[in-house]
Amino acid sequence: MSSKTMKIALAGNPNSGKSTLFNSLTGLNQQVGNYPGITVDKKTGTCNLSSEIKAEIIDLPGTYSLYPKSLDEKVSQDILCDITNLDYPEVTVIIADSSNLRKSLLLLTQIIDLKMKVVLALNMLDVSRDLGIVIDKDVLSEELGIPVVSINARKHEGLQNLKDIILDVSTPKKTIFSVSTLFPVLIAEGNNIRGKENDYATFLSLCKQKLNNNSAVKIKLEVLSKDEGFNPTRSLATETVRRYKEIDKILAKCIGENIALIKRNFTKRIDDLLLHPVLGYLFFLLVLFFVFQAIFSWSQLPMEWIDNGFSFFSNWVATNLPQGMLNDLIVNGILAGLGGIMIFVPQIAFLFAFIAFLEDTGYMARVSFITDKILRGFGLNGRSIIPLLSGAACAVPAIMSARTISSSKERLITIFVVPLMSCSARLPVYTLIISMMIPETASWGMFNVQGLVMMAFYLLGFIAALLTAFVLKFIINQKEKGYYVMEMPSYKIPDYKTVIYTIIEKVKVFLFDAGKIIIAISIVLWVLSSYAPSGAFDRIEQEYANVENAEVVVPSKKLEVSYAGMIGKSIEPAIKPLGFDWRIGISLITSFAAREVFVGTMSTIYSVGGTDIYSIKQKLKSAKNLETGEVFFTTAVGISLMLFYAFSMQCMSTIAVVYRETKGWKWPLIQLLYMSVLAYMSSFIAYSILS
Amino acid sequence: MKKLSELQIGEKGILSSVEDDFLEQQLLEMGVTPGQVIELERKSPFKDPISILVSNLLLSVRLSDADKIIINIENE
Repeated sequence: MSSKTMKIALAGNPNSGKSTLFNSLTGLNQQVGNYPGITVDKKTGTCNLSSEIKAEIIDLPGTYSLYPKSLDEKVSQDILCDITNLDYPEVTVIIADSSNLRKSLLLLTQIIDLKMKVVLALNMLDVSRDLGIVIDKDVLSEELGIPVVSINARKHEGLQNLKDIILDVSTPKKTIFSVSTLFPVLIAEGNNIRGKENDYATFLSLCKQKLNNNSAVKIKLEVLSKDEGFNPTRSLATETVRRYKEIDKILAKCIGENIALIKRNFTKRIDDLLLHPVLGYLFFLLVLFFVFQAIFSWSQLPMEWIDNGFSFFSNWVATNLPQGMLNDLIVNGILAGLGGIMIFVPQIAFLFAFIAFLEDTGYMARVSFITDKILRGFGLNGRSIIPLLSGAACAVPAIMSARTISSSKERLITIFVVPLMSCSARLPVYTLIISMMIPETASWGMFNVQGLVMMAFYLLGFIAALLTAFVLKFIINQKEKGYYVMEMPSYKIPDYKTVIYTIIEKVKVFLFDAGKIIIAISIVLWVLSSYAPSGAFDRIEQEYANVENAEVVVPSKKLEVSYAGMIGKSIEPAIKPLGFDWRIGISLITSFAAREVFVGTMSTIYSVGGTDIYSIKQKLKSAKNLETGEVFFTTAVGISLMLFYAFSMQCMSTIAVVYRETKGWKWPLIQLLYMSVLAYMSSFIAYSILS
Repeated sequence: MKKLSELQIGEKGILSSVEDDFLEQQLLEMGVTPGQVIELERKSPFKDPISILVSNLLLSVRLSDADKIIINIENE
């Protein structure tokens, strides 16, 4: 039995194998939470260090130093520099890629100089040896004054040794670079003000970084730095350069380097192909093709299983539980909501399988390299291309995948515009309306007109997304400066475990965080369409009990008098300028759950008695305008309706996932408002011109 | 003296200075310190961004940033 828990922080550069080590240590004992007030995910997990001592490990975002420039880095800095922080670790483990040790040592020596207990885990020492880099880890340990462990995170090698050393580590005795040599007076004064003899912590405080200083201390430090003419930016730069000089001295003693050209040549040769002006884009298109295949068709089968499973279970519940409102709530409210959430799992799993795979090979950085210039003009960057294009299959996983964009402004813009891409849920709506308006045989030259119109709407979504991004570029102001110098890691064979852990993590986040909101909205929608002012349903049942087709007419009439129906009718004046009547109004309300619900609701309202496109189409075609008695679904109404569905945010799952990803209601609500206005305006203009 | 953006593919130089504090700090942290050899490895198909090789590290840099990175060319 574990009796004591120790807090461990895992830190390191991006691409250093940090996540792999985290996964190897914690296995499935991990969870994703929130840091208060910001959008960065907090990954924590547990493992046993010994039979008595358990470790609570926090996986800090990848960072190069303790100077915070981006949100991710600020998280690491806040935790590591603040003793009062709840997550302040007893021991910090820095993981370093052995083939690129130099830049890992910046962060490490900073932590040493803060006098924190720290262990250096050298990842893949064997690989770097093969490349001609020989690191003497004993000398390194001696020079740094801290324990150094050789591990291979992927192969689970050296982990026990690492754990033993974590339990045994003491505060570092050496100072790697003493900032007081640069600013003797300033640091001494600063130490006095802070009442602590920690030169480096004082230096970081002086650089206006939050370091557990109460405000009185902070003000005194500010006065001090002004009096001494201290320039934080320049000082940081000087300090980094000096620190690297010390690092280079240390490395000179413990590294024998043959200049590793083998791996570089290998990577360069692959880059010659994958970054080629023609072949590079062709390869990218091929990758996109597979991503699309996966989200569009491979996920169809598991989605059908989930769908069938839920309908089977719903039917079972509906017939086996006592009839009544509770039964109806479970079947049409809760189970329908759960089914609506679960249905996304295959798409999320497939998209993230691809993304994790591509990221782990090192290819994602290349995609960014060849698309950055094109997207930059629209306020996006190279990392936006996968989320943006995946949006054409489903906005939910696409928005989640925007996580890989490091600049918060560009990430926000990407999340904002992704739902404008025509997703697969719009297909049933488009198909129904197009097949109603345009004869199947209509052709324009060699092209089928139905197909052309469908393509036009896909294009329209794409253009709207780009234009919106372009406008947002000028509206959203940048709180943090962008990070545009990016590492292009060497190619490597991806680790299947990383892929699996990524999928599990993303699916969990979606189910538990976004799922709650989806269930809530789903229940509200159920209430709206299953309740009516008292007696209204009874009246309908009596009135239509004996008419022909009672089994389809009664539900239709019931929906009409329900609260959803009442709302649909009451918004009729508002949607009349778009060519819609209350029947479409009701469908707009119910299909807020998901766009494809439109088809089902139209089928109920028009008493079709089935949901296959053909019978709905026939019924809708003969629908009359309730006022004039003429054909209702004119071309103008059809185009207007399609435009409305192209642009409006008719998807509660998207709203829930945007809420999850931006950690607040501000952006999903602005997005909802923007898309509704855009949808309304375009439908209004189209209908006014065409009718 | 040349700007990094003016280098030819395959051309090498020694990092002299960076004319933007934020960019400088970012490069410093990644271990790109003055005195190191920088080689322009590749330009992306639209000539921007470019990729540079510094010690064992391949970095992607936007052209607008490369304009602010000053390189000393040896043997000129």
